[in-house]
Amino acid sequence: MKKKQLTRRSFIQQSTLTAFGTAIGMPIVFGHYLPQNLLPVILEKDSPIEGKHPDLTLLNDRPLNAQTPPHLLNDSITPADKFFIRNNGLPPENIDPEKWTLTIDGESAKSNRTFSLAALKSQFNEYSYQLVLECGGNGRSEFSPPAKGNQWTTGAVGCAVWTGVRLADVLRATGIKDNAVYIGYYGKDTHLSGDKNKRPISRGCPIAKALEPETLIAWSMNGADIPLHNGYPLRLVVGGWPASCSGKWLERISIRDRIHDGPKMGGQSYRIPCDPVAPGTKVADEDMCIIESMPVKSLITFPRTGAILNARELKIKGHAWAGDVSVRKMECSIDFGQSWQPAQLSPPANRLAWQDFSATVRFPKPGYYEVWARATDENGKTQPMILPGWNPKGYLNNACHRIAVRVK
Amino acid sequence: MKYKASILIATLIAITLLACETKPQTAASTTEETSVDALVMPEVNEATGLVMDETFPLIIANCTSCHSAKLITQNRATREGWSSMIDWMQATQGLWQFDDHEPQILDYLAKYYGPVETGRRENLRVEEWYEL
Ligand code: HEC
Repeated sequence: MKKKQLTRRSFIQQSTLTAFGTAIGMPIVFGHYLPQNLLPVILEKDSPIEGKHPDLTLLNDRPLNAQTPPHLLNDSITPADKFFIRNNGLPPENIDPEKWTLTIDGESAKSNRTFSLAALKSQFNEYSYQLVLECGGNGRSEFSPPAKGNQWTTGAVGCAVWTGVRLADVLRATGIKDNAVYIGYYGKDTHLSGDKNKRPISRGCPIAKALEPETLIAWSMNGADIPLHNGYPLRLVVGGWPASCSGKWLERISIRDRIHDGPKMGGQSYRIPCDPVAPGTKVADEDMCIIESMPVKSLITFPRTGAILNARELKIKGHAWAGDVSVRKMECSIDFGQSWQPAQLSPPANRLAWQDFSATVRFPKPGYYEVWARATDENGKTQPMILPGWNPKGYLNNACHRIAVRVK
Repeated sequence: MKYKASILIATLIAITLLACETKPQTAASTTEETSVDALVMPEVNEATGLVMDETFPLIIANCTSCHSAKLITQNRATREGWSSMIDWMQATQGLWQFDDHEPQILDYLAKYYGPVETGRRENLRVEEWYEL
């Protein structure tokens, strides 16, 4: 096994080696012994990601993971350049949309069918929805004891307008057997180890969620091509659920007669303890349950934290969302949660879109304040002010968002 | 095995060059930290952000070929926690076995990237105050 891995590695090309040497300031003696896969990833520069806003925060450059600071999420519809990136592997190269195909298969598919992008566009009705995509690990950095993975603070969320065809229409055209349980996606991204037989991620969702009218096979974000790192040229968009359900660079969907078993479906990935545990508890894999709908949450997107005010009044703005359901009430507090005042809350553009809110707060005297915001969903669930239930991988942190303000 | 050893040597040479070339900086690089703190912090390698000590070349050789070191430097865990992450990568992500080096690697990770207790909610940290 180990041996096979090594022999498959191709030797590094002279040109790459020269570039590598130039970057560290001198040629690499014996560099030709370095197999490609063992070339240390050291050429990190916090250079902006192509097509993305330079102020996105880079958490990891390989695989690329970048989040959006709250004040850059102020738009009602998140622009493509401000949409976060969570890659599990490396995106495909030399993508030719003319040749891109999507195959539907699986134990519970009545037939196997392959569609070109053009066929998808011509054979099915087109729909556009504004849908929240939030990484299941958004907010992970706050958990204590610390949780493993990318240390997202608040910025692994966005709500863009997605255009495509309904997954339900495509699945029904293929034929769904009565025993269908789940769908699993396969993307064209490649594993970090370079092993062509490994997939970085292949997740999905129960058939009922797959058949919801808002669940899309999308080729467009905000009326333009999807950015490369957000899944160009084709992806799933399963609004309100961990964004890992929404497979990028989509090439195949299997209709499964069991819960999909691709990489990052099992173990501890995108799962929380079935029963609540004390912080730091070691939980066995079989006691971990798959995350479905994301919890109620909100974000203050104006002003940016750290504002110094000459006035006693401040208008705040933001968004609130609640997974599969809508947000019923939005409140804010300037006295560390002792009293709450209602905020104005807009209805969502459509089901599974976030809702804009705004409020005007008044500060009684000069000093340091924190503005806190909390949303309540239509089932009466409210965001906690401290961290919610600790879990080993640090998912689902929906503690209320806070910004700091100084009044002169 | 012999093949693997030559790779390691080559990598070590590359690292040595790298370590000589890059300007060391301190782990505490945020502007608000006092210089007293900065003095006691270990040196970090500018190119990767990893703490430099005698185990550093082993970390470069074994931990930075799939993903960048940023995935290491942003995480915090106990020795046991690091061990379980390595087990997971070995079981599912194609990471090789380290043979005798594992204890040394774990010591390094637990020493410099160990957990800090932050409780149920930390104070807000404001990077920059600005006039609105
Ligand atoms: C053979 C490839 C490979 C090597 C070598 C490797 N890793 Fe990983 N590691 C991965 C993959 C793949 C992931 C998942 C990345 C993702 O989800 O973004 C990962 C994730 C991680 C994570 C995040 C854990 C989590 O639960 O998400 C940490 C921390 C980490 N690696 C540390 C290390 C350390 C320390 C070493 C050296 C001892 C190492 N890695 C070597 C492949 C590798």
